Amino acid sequence: MRAVDFLTAPDVDMGAALAGRRFPNPVFTASGCAASGRELAQFFDVAELGGVVTKSVMLRPRAGRPTPRMAETPSGMLNSIGLQGPGIDAFCSHDLPWLVEQGARAVVSIAGSSVQDYAELAGRLAEQPGVAMVEVNISCPNVEDRGQVFGCDPGAASAVIRAVRAEAARGVPVFAKLSPDVTDIVAVARACVDAGAHGLSMINTLLGVVIDTDTLRPTLAGTTGGLSGPAIRPVAVRCVWQVHAAMPDVPILGMGGIATGLDALQFVLAGASAVSVGTAVFADPGAPVRVLAQLREALAERGFPRFSDAIGRAHRPPDPMPVGNENVDVTAEEAAEHDDAVR
Amino acid sequence: MRPVHVRGEVLSRKRVGAYHQITLIAPGVADSARPGQFVALAVGGATSGLLLRRAFAIYGATPAGVYGGTVQIVVAVRGGGTAWLASLDQGDPVDVVGPLGSPFRLPARPVSAVLVGGGYGSAGLFGLAQMLRGRSCRVDMVLGAASADRLFGELEAKRTAVSLEVTTDDGGAGRRGVVTDVLPEVIERAGAGVVYACGPMPMLRACGDVAASYDIPCQVAVEESMACGIGVCMTCVLPVVGDDRVTRMVRSCVDGPVFAADRVRWDDVGTVPADALGATPARAPVAGAS
Repeated sequence: MRAVDFLTAPDVDMGAALAGRRFPNPVFTASGCAASGRELAQFFDVAELGGVVTKSVMLRPRAGRPTPRMAETPSGMLNSIGLQGPGIDAFCSHDLPWLVEQGARAVVSIAGSSVQDYAELAGRLAEQPGVAMVEVNISCPNVEDRGQVFGCDPGAASAVIRAVRAEAARGVPVFAKLSPDVTDIVAVARACVDAGAHGLSMINTLLGVVIDTDTLRPTLAGTTGGLSGPAIRPVAVRCVWQVHAAMPDVPILGMGGIATGLDALQFVLAGASAVSVGTAVFADPGAPVRVLAQLREALAERGFPRFSDAIGRAHRPPDPMPVGNENVDVTAEEAAEHDDAVR
Repeated sequence: MRPVHVRGEVLSRKRVGAYHQITLIAPGVADSARPGQFVALAVGGATSGLLLRRAFAIYGATPAGVYGGTVQIVVAVRGGGTAWLASLDQGDPVDVVGPLGSPFRLPARPVSAVLVGGGYGSAGLFGLAQMLRGRSCRVDMVLGAASADRLFGELEAKRTAVSLEVTTDDGGAGRRGVVTDVLPEVIERAGAGVVYACGPMPMLRACGDVAASYDIPCQVAVEESMACGIGVCMTCVLPVVGDDRVTRMVRSCVDGPVFAADRVRWDDVGTVPADALGATPARAPVAGAS
């Protein structure tokens, strides 16, 4: 029989770039949802992802908050872990070398209790080979100084970022991870960028409380927890949208309730240059690689030859509609006006 | 021992007292399953708003055969997720991750063992009983529950164990009382060298205390609420003393669910003891965060 070359779906160039650092694709894990990658490696090759974003590492070992630490909510969950982790020493001797050995791109999330902590952590990481990027967690809601989260105050946020930039290795992008629990996320984003952040990760969890109606007390031992999962996705997409509209040249790592390739595509169209898959991992350990495959397929179906062509696409006026489509009654100008109002 | 993630399906479901016994076709899960391990099931179907998996001790595991591998679990309906599982029919798809967790440790040489199950916690003990018997260990069992319908596996226990004691809180079956009322006499009668227990936390602690009073080891399988079951979410932690005598907040899903009873700091479960590794000391407001 003669061989026939059949048409295949057009391939999409999934290459991604964050502040000049190139990644094979735009799908990452999310901090706090993948530990340091080892557990997920039982289910897929962590080098297949754009990068592995580690659980936030602190200067010293940390036991975290008491249990119960989790409450399931509609399409989401509250967590109240309190940054439990082994500390930077164990991380650098144990976790980071493992990630490098796997061929994964390690995006190291750092968290501190003071500006000095962050600076010291950045300095320690600057000595380590194999750090692809640093994500500065200035927005964890599960710390004692509630309401005093660095990321909720533009001044405090910029102090942390400036200190990190001073210590971080050259050529390693520094991303600030932002909290959605602020009145004006663009103001905090701008403060971080002005302080030297190469990009922004958004969003962290939203602060929430669940009350147990049997015990008549809060379900979580720590009372408050961070809400994550698909329930927060529209909030996250809105944050990405607003910040990208205000600062279109600043790369965004988008996250918040991504469970499918189409969810990821929403973030990209809103302006994210890459995405993190977080809570979905708890439901499906293989979620990050599945989302990557689905995103690739979704881009191909929509005729994008390159992933990067889709970034921020939703901010552009709609393409002229084909003749005969009578459902369209919004002009490009009207849409643009609406966009401005949303901004 | 690597877990697999498979789309399984329900082979059968039947009511057993207050519980539902479900057999799942889940190729690859049973192959490496060991007593004490569990499976984590997605609940609610594709359009569900329930995100998190539900963990169930493996009751039975058949690696090969007509169905390419099955696992059995026992479900108590407690909320929407377990109610969904209890509504499944033969052929319905179920997303399964397993086997997960660290198994019961087996004695290197034949020794008499007492297995104590509280409620449907006994489900996790039958695989262990078989394996112990296969290693020429004497097996005695104690099953306890609030009421007769909340006992699980009485008949099977009778067939498996040299002796079976049953207790219920209301006296509806067996002796009125709790498992630790009868545990000392069973340990003495059997000349037991080890106790294994699976059930609610207070019962595990009490079994550990009884075993300690006879100076014999007790292994317990704890039930902590989990979000992921695979070790990444850090929600299922409890304070456990390590070989180096240092207390750590360890994950019951990967470091457990089986622990030596005398290593669990029962008084401190639900807290972070001040001497635990990395416990945050009480401190002044954080500088720089204002």
